[in-house]
Amino acid sequence: MNKILELKNVNKIYGTDIKTQVLYDINLSFDEGSFNSIIGQSGSGKSTLLNIIGTLDTATSGDVLIDGNNIKDMSANQLSDYRNKTIGFVFQFHYLLPEFTALENVLMPYNIQKKPVTKEVLEKAKERLRLVGLEKVMNNPSTKMSGGQQQRTAIARALMNDPKMILADEPTGNLDSDSTETIYDLLRDINIKYKTTFIVITHDRRIAEKADRIIEIKDGKINLDITK
Amino acid sequence: MKLGLKIAGRFLSSNISQTILIILGIAIGVSVQIFIGSLIQGLQKGLVEKTIGNSSQITVSSNQDERYISEYDKLISDIAETDENITKISPVLDNQAFLLYDDKNQSLIIRGFDIDKPESMADGIYDISNRIVEGRMPKGDNEILLGIDLKKEYGLEVGEEVDIFRTEARKIFKSTVVGFFDLKVSSLNTNWAITTLSNAQKFFELDDVITSVEMQVNEDAIFITDEISVNIANVIGDEEYKIINWKEQNESLLSGLQGQSISSYMIQVFVIISVVISIASILAITVLQKSKQIGILKAMGIRNSTTSYIFLFEGLILGFFGALMGILFGLGLSFAFTKFALNADGTPVVDLYISYSFIALSGLIAVVASVLAALMPAIRSSKLNAIDIIRNN
Repeated sequence: MNKILELKNVNKIYGTDIKTQVLYDINLSFDEGSFNSIIGQSGSGKSTLLNIIGTLDTATSGDVLIDGNNIKDMSANQLSDYRNKTIGFVFQFHYLLPEFTALENVLMPYNIQKKPVTKEVLEKAKERLRLVGLEKVMNNPSTKMSGGQQQRTAIARALMNDPKMILADEPTGNLDSDSTETIYDLLRDINIKYKTTFIVITHDRRIAEKADRIIEIKDGKINLDITK
Repeated sequence: MKLGLKIAGRFLSSNISQTILIILGIAIGVSVQIFIGSLIQGLQKGLVEKTIGNSSQITVSSNQDERYISEYDKLISDIAETDENITKISPVLDNQAFLLYDDKNQSLIIRGFDIDKPESMADGIYDISNRIVEGRMPKGDNEILLGIDLKKEYGLEVGEEVDIFRTEARKIFKSTVVGFFDLKVSSLNTNWAITTLSNAQKFFELDDVITSVEMQVNEDAIFITDEISVNIANVIGDEEYKIINWKEQNESLLSGLQGQSISSYMIQVFVIISVVISIASILAITVLQKSKQIGILKAMGIRNSTTSYIFLFEGLILGFFGALMGILFGLGLSFAFTKFALNADGTPVVDLYISYSFIALSGLIAVVASVLAALMPAIRSSKLNAIDIIRNN
């Protein structure tokens, strides 16, 4: 299978005076269309790893190759465009824009491309909302929705540009167990339907076990890497 | 750009009370600027108008021992051609005399204007016909027009014949008073006697001569009469003629006007500075308020330049509506001022000068200042890092 993502000897050190090393020589690769989970204790470096993969943060040393392209060689604008087209983010907090409705939030990644919103595009956004079961509240302001609805809107938004990869950092961290189950089933469905690669951070072992692959990070190193 | 505008509009409309407050702040600044500007400009125009609006602004007279100028037609046409700003030009013959009435005497300046000729512009300069409070303009032989103060002082009547004594010839000639004028300046109302040029020449037994050429210039050229004087001197020569403009004669008025202008500029500059600071500080806070949104937009791949546009557009929108509202407020304030700040006779204390170009400029300055004020927040937003916001949640 195609490798969508490769990490080679990735190190991350925070601070200039007092240096704290968070990641130690991480070497990882991910298959296209796979569903991966990353587990580990707080402060183990799993979020940092995800942020480096998502090009939001940069590695102190080592290389990150997405689709064979080294992100080190990209300009700020190239990275922005790259994030927009290739990566969808789902965070623990939904980060919806409170000034916009659910539908407008879902359309935002497309708007960023500065292309006109055609009927097809609008239909696609509605389809994404339908997928997460929110077609009835799509014109609600994002602040007037429940936590679960907000998080599902955030997932619909992450899917808008058909990204190759979705990076999720504890996407259910703020939700109750029922919603958690729904959200994971949803992510899995999307993974099967669109062949989207998922890398999901979770602290919930039950959830992690549903993934194709479990990677455990401990003290900035890979402690465990099981593929089912 | 379009996306920046859309997000900016949404950011502003989602917090409408804050937005209105900022717009109000800008509007008050702009309205104060327009009001003060119109007031000062009106004050200055009024002062200039009252002081020199009805008098000679440039006067050409002889520089020689012989103070009479003959062949003045050519001189007048030469002067008229030197500068297109000269709108009114008229020959004058001035001479000293005394009015003898009962046993009193009163010194007079007999001013002969060519008011009986159709091409005359003397009336345009002094507005004599409108200043006549009683009687009519002098036309025929021996007719003169006296100041209203003389009527009060000596109890003169229209149609009365008076004796005028020529000091240099020790002769008395008789004239008929055909009317009284009021030039609103007491010294003129007691000293001037206006008659036709030909009468004045006859009184003093002179040929077709004059003593000076008086002129007025275009309203916009009123402050460059010194330059126009130099041009006239270049054409007619300054050896034969003496050229005096109103600025030389009214230095204290000029420095007063200048002081006013400077204080008005100072007020306007400080108003602009306060508007800029208030917009900049409020937008700086908005960047903080919206940093979460900016962070997630960046994670979604919005370019740094687009986030800058968001804040520049916020500045532009605030500036535009602030300026618009400010212009309305300013005009309203000015209107109210002319309606409610009145003299005892019902005329406004100060006639405001509403200049559309000045108002447009004030509005434009507010818009530009608002965009400039948004520049710092815009730069800050472009430097915001998505990861800092997401990590710090």
